[in-house]
Amino acid sequence: MLSLTDVVAGYGPLQVLRGVTLDVQQGEIVCLLGGNAAGKSTMLKTVLGLLRPSAGSVALEGERIDRLATEDIVRRGIALVPESRRIFARMTVWENLAMGAYSRRSASPGEIDHDLERVYGLFPRLKERVSQHAGTMSGGEQQMLAIGRALMARPRLMLLDEPSMGLAPVLVEQVFDIIQAINRQGTTILVVEQNAAVALAVAHRGYVLQDGHIVMHGAAAQLLDADDIRRAYLGED
Amino acid sequence: MDALGILPQQLVFGLALGAIYGLIALGYTMVYGILLMINFAHGELFMIGAYVGWGVLIWLINANFGGLHPAWVVPLMLLMAMSVSGILGMSLERFAYRPLYTRGATRLGPLISAVGASIFLQNAVMLTQGARMKVYMTGLLFPRSWYIQVAGVRISALVLVMVGVALLLMWLLNLLVQRTTLGRCMRAVAEDREVAAVMGVNVRRIIAITFLLGSALGGAAGVLVGLYYTQIDFFMGYSAGLKAFTAAVLGGIGNLKGAMLGGIVLGLIESLAVTFLNPAYRDVVAFVVLILVLVFRPTGLLGETVPQANKV
Repeated sequence: MLSLTDVVAGYGPLQVLRGVTLDVQQGEIVCLLGGNAAGKSTMLKTVLGLLRPSAGSVALEGERIDRLATEDIVRRGIALVPESRRIFARMTVWENLAMGAYSRRSASPGEIDHDLERVYGLFPRLKERVSQHAGTMSGGEQQMLAIGRALMARPRLMLLDEPSMGLAPVLVEQVFDIIQAINRQGTTILVVEQNAAVALAVAHRGYVLQDGHIVMHGAAAQLLDADDIRRAYLGED
Repeated sequence: MDALGILPQQLVFGLALGAIYGLIALGYTMVYGILLMINFAHGELFMIGAYVGWGVLIWLINANFGGLHPAWVVPLMLLMAMSVSGILGMSLERFAYRPLYTRGATRLGPLISAVGASIFLQNAVMLTQGARMKVYMTGLLFPRSWYIQVAGVRISALVLVMVGVALLLMWLLNLLVQRTTLGRCMRAVAEDREVAAVMGVNVRRIIAITFLLGSALGGAAGVLVGLYYTQIDFFMGYSAGLKAFTAAVLGGIGNLKGAMLGGIVLGLIESLAVTFLNPAYRDVVAFVVLILVLVFRPTGLLGETVPQANKV
């Protein structure tokens, strides 16, 4: 569904991605592991067209998207749950969800309502708070809103950037349960995480990014067993 | 008459003037909210609005109103001034600012470009229209005999129209920003440009529309000020711009309601200064307010609403 081929990207003279090749198949949950500054967020930005790759290509279902404007990429069915949530704090919960559906301006109000109900079904808490300002909600609720907002775009591919960040362990588990549920409903998922244990537990496959290179990839179960991973990301010696 | 005796009358003037400051201040604050940039050429868009309104008025008078009922004159002046100022503001963004901020220039780049645009527009108007002031024939539209008396205070029809138009435009803007999809996109871009783009918002288009709307409000204010003071010149945007900028800072820059409130508060403070101090201190008072706000409450009365995420 999504494939990156030898992608080189960065900020000015600073190269962050130095030839990344990666693919995500329809229906999968793929997780991208890596420490701080490994280039995980840069990779997501490149997929979304917020950053132009200086070499290599990004393709969605066989069509190159690396020269498209962000809004056109999004309209093709990619949604993002950004790092540290970045919900619109000064807008209400409903307004945030409406922004999520913005890329589907051709959708009928009935379809939008249907999707709102779907989001409220996954996150009943959001329904209770529709007219509350999003910035006044707890971190966990904001994360639910960020996921709900992405779902409103009815994406075929959902990108999540560190969804566990700053959440209590019990919430982290909930978030990943929901990611799994969304995946079962037919959305392909690429999740970037530092918390390897919980991410690999739900993922089908994983990639490890280090210093802008993919240094390892394979089935999630296989990566969970790999010694290097255990040492680097699971805190085991 | 003693100072207290003329106070109610002065307060009415202060309110009228304040509504105008608020209208101009909206343009500063909208642009700042979305780009973190002070559009120093905004005062000139106001001035050009005043000239366009004057041009329309002269043209209509020469054409004997072209059979038009005089009640249509002011709406027509406003419409033309808002269109020209709006499109000009949008062009400034497109040609004078965007090339700088998209190429990652420092925040100072567009700012300096704005100062340059301001000087350019002033001189362009001076060269094409002459340095001498132009006169609005307001008396033809609003005879002095049109006024209402409220609790001993005389409020002229002109002041009523000025305040009415200013409040109507503010109300419409507020409706647009709070209730429409476009307004939601504007708020989204102001809060977090990158995430707004990821939602599928065409950020450049939203920035252009923000300039269009803010500049159009400035143009409308130009017409109202022209009608009120009856004399305009190419330099009028300078002090009005600074006053409105003060109003925007006073209310909390980036905050739309703050700009409206800041404008009205500043207008009232000025009218008090004129009443109780020497009228010559009018401008001094405005800038004392600016300095005091910057020193003691830099976020303004209602607080800045400037996104952390866009502060790169």
